[in-house]
Amino acid sequence: MFGLTAHKRTEPPGWGSVCIFPAALALALFLGLGLLALTGRPPLAVLGALLSGAFGSVRAVEETLLKTAPIFLCSLGVAATFRIKVWNIGAEGQYALGAVGGTAVALAFPGLPASVLLPLMFLGAALAGALWAAIPALLRQRLAVNEIITTLMLNYLGILFLDWLVYGPWKDPASHGFPMTALFAPGAVLPRIPGTRLHWGLPLCAALGLGLWFFLSRTRLGFELKASGEGRRTATYARMPYDALVLLVMGLCGALAGWAGLIETSAGLGRLQPTVMAGYGFTAIVVAWLARLRPLAIAMAAFLLAALRVGVENLMLDFSVPAAFGRILEGLILLCVLAGQFFTTFTLRRSKPLAPNPAPEPAPKPTGEAA
Amino acid sequence: MLMKRLALVLAAACLALTLAACGSGEKKAEEKKEAPAAAQAKQEAPAPAPAAESAMQVGFIYVSPIGDAGYSFAHDLGRKALAGMPGVTTSYVESVPEGADAERIIRNMAAKGFKVIFTTSYGYMDPTLKVAGEFPDTVFMHCSGYKTAPNMGAYFGRIYQARYLTGMVAGSMTKSNILGYVAAFPIPEVIRGINAFALGAQKVNPKAEVRVVWTKTWYDPATEKEAAKSLLDVGADVIAQHQDSPGPQEAAQEKGAYSVGYNSDMSAFAPKSHLTSAIWNWGVYYANVVEKVKAGTWKSSSDWWGMDKGIVDIAPFGPMVPKEVQDKVLAAKAELAAGKDTVFAGPVLDQKGETRAAAGQTIPDADLLGMTWFVKGVVGATE
Repeated sequence: MFGLTAHKRTEPPGWGSVCIFPAALALALFLGLGLLALTGRPPLAVLGALLSGAFGSVRAVEETLLKTAPIFLCSLGVAATFRIKVWNIGAEGQYALGAVGGTAVALAFPGLPASVLLPLMFLGAALAGALWAAIPALLRQRLAVNEIITTLMLNYLGILFLDWLVYGPWKDPASHGFPMTALFAPGAVLPRIPGTRLHWGLPLCAALGLGLWFFLSRTRLGFELKASGEGRRTATYARMPYDALVLLVMGLCGALAGWAGLIETSAGLGRLQPTVMAGYGFTAIVVAWLARLRPLAIAMAAFLLAALRVGVENLMLDFSVPAAFGRILEGLILLCVLAGQFFTTFTLRRSKPLAPNPAPEPAPKPTGEAA
Repeated sequence: MLMKRLALVLAAACLALTLAACGSGEKKAEEKKEAPAAAQAKQEAPAPAPAAESAMQVGFIYVSPIGDAGYSFAHDLGRKALAGMPGVTTSYVESVPEGADAERIIRNMAAKGFKVIFTTSYGYMDPTLKVAGEFPDTVFMHCSGYKTAPNMGAYFGRIYQARYLTGMVAGSMTKSNILGYVAAFPIPEVIRGINAFALGAQKVNPKAEVRVVWTKTWYDPATEKEAAKSLLDVGADVIAQHQDSPGPQEAAQEKGAYSVGYNSDMSAFAPKSHLTSAIWNWGVYYANVVEKVKAGTWKSSSDWWGMDKGIVDIAPFGPMVPKEVQDKVLAAKAELAAGKDTVFAGPVLDQKGETRAAAGQTIPDADLLGMTWFVKGVVGATE
């Protein structure tokens, strides 16, 4: 096509892997801002507002970090399951269950001091999320039910369960009939780090990210997880407990997504209400793939995505940009980065001029078999 | 192999994007509908960049995209009504989720020096209160809630009065005596509107019953249209709605039934079926608040304006509404406009037939604001 043929690289592009991601990002921004320029908005000023909205002040960076936390935790969990090729798209439901599990503890023991109550809430959230995630894992093992379907369906069940609780048994009698629990007792609200707007969930995220990175790349179990990604037969041949590993990563994802739900409920809202569901569980799938399932890259991708979402709000305020623009920009970035990943495995070379007329034989499409 | 993997990644990413879009209910359709909104924004000129020192910045936070002919559209008409005021500039952020995101956006506005901030949806109440505590010199106005602070007022309009009038129209026009009502969430604001609609219909047609379907969405044209179809299928011949999309209007027109709109005049979406709409005129209220803040006479209060102040109204009748029906409804409207509100005057019975307000009594505002039960003649559950 265009007189170019794709060839598989025999070795990774040295300079390329460093440049490709920023280049893709720049291209996406260029296209997005070009779109705005067509509507008469000055592109450079818009870019400035985008950046200052996300990083322009201490407050902006704090807000971006706060927005990063739930995306990061869900993505981390999802990536762990994708590594073993379990296609778990159920982080949204696990997030809901985590919010429910943590809230159950918060409502049951409002009198406990924070030092006892918060760990219990985290335990409750992790258990609820992990058990919810274990359902599709067990169904897959026992009945060979496709986990894509079950995790997807359990999302809706989880969200409806949350809705039922806040519209029904947990509804605050003082809420004028609106669906929400009572405000949490002070001991159930994740405290802020003194002097900042950040809460203690962020250091926890950092620790979890590092822990998971260590676990996946430096421990035997982590290696087994990676190897099991090749499939049950490979794993069984190598005498790895495949079923237990699947259960482990699903439980891990459930716990991480559950903590994301708990953090948003406790630190973000201070009560459980349906609006705690913001789609982070689905966003996580995109982030995990963008970062190619590597924990530290996930941290970066989650941070950048949060920055984009926070920064776009500034554009809406300063330049009357419609809300959909943020979505468009996200889509552009995703497409550009994925397209860019093509260049990490392939290189384009000029086709050899065979004959004056291009032969009708095998279209010079990039196929894996060629290599 | 590698191409396969790449294709897999792409497929997964597309799936994820689709899911992300579907994930948060209202967002699904938002993108489809965004085109007209973007077009509008274009014409409006992206003026309100950093305003001059002297100009007073007034900010609005909307829960849905403005281009939807619905709730946020109506608020944005109110914002535009401020455009003529000297020394006032306005800006807005649309599609703001009612969770932790709202607090950040409100704080960003306050930090940018906006003098008056209108947060136009119930779910913004606690975030608004929180930020109001941090910015004592900014005036915060929260729509449809009940919490106030020295620098935070609450406001809403008695849209139920307009609903009552539209109920009278619907009750007069129905032949099957079944009125369908596509409703968003079982919260007091919506329940109150359904009750007022039912009472209006029963006023002119005691046999009329109102069937309710909950969509659990504020803005999702496809879901809301489907809900309307399900009501048409059980025999409803007038469709009313508490939704921000015109989906139910379209469903009614396609089936040859009648429809009653909400938020703004929805006749353009279903000219053949549109009887009237219960509409908002937020502009009169916004101008009032901004004038007071400019003059330094603003004080925190809870305002619940009615038809007498012009904040709510009904849209012009469709051509199919007979003159005598129009006259009857306009007479009732004149009473409401004169400040005589008898919508919830007793006797009011609930679904079980128990008396909620005896003859001579009127349901007090506090009970209206926390209404979680249906009046007699409404078919459906409040949860």
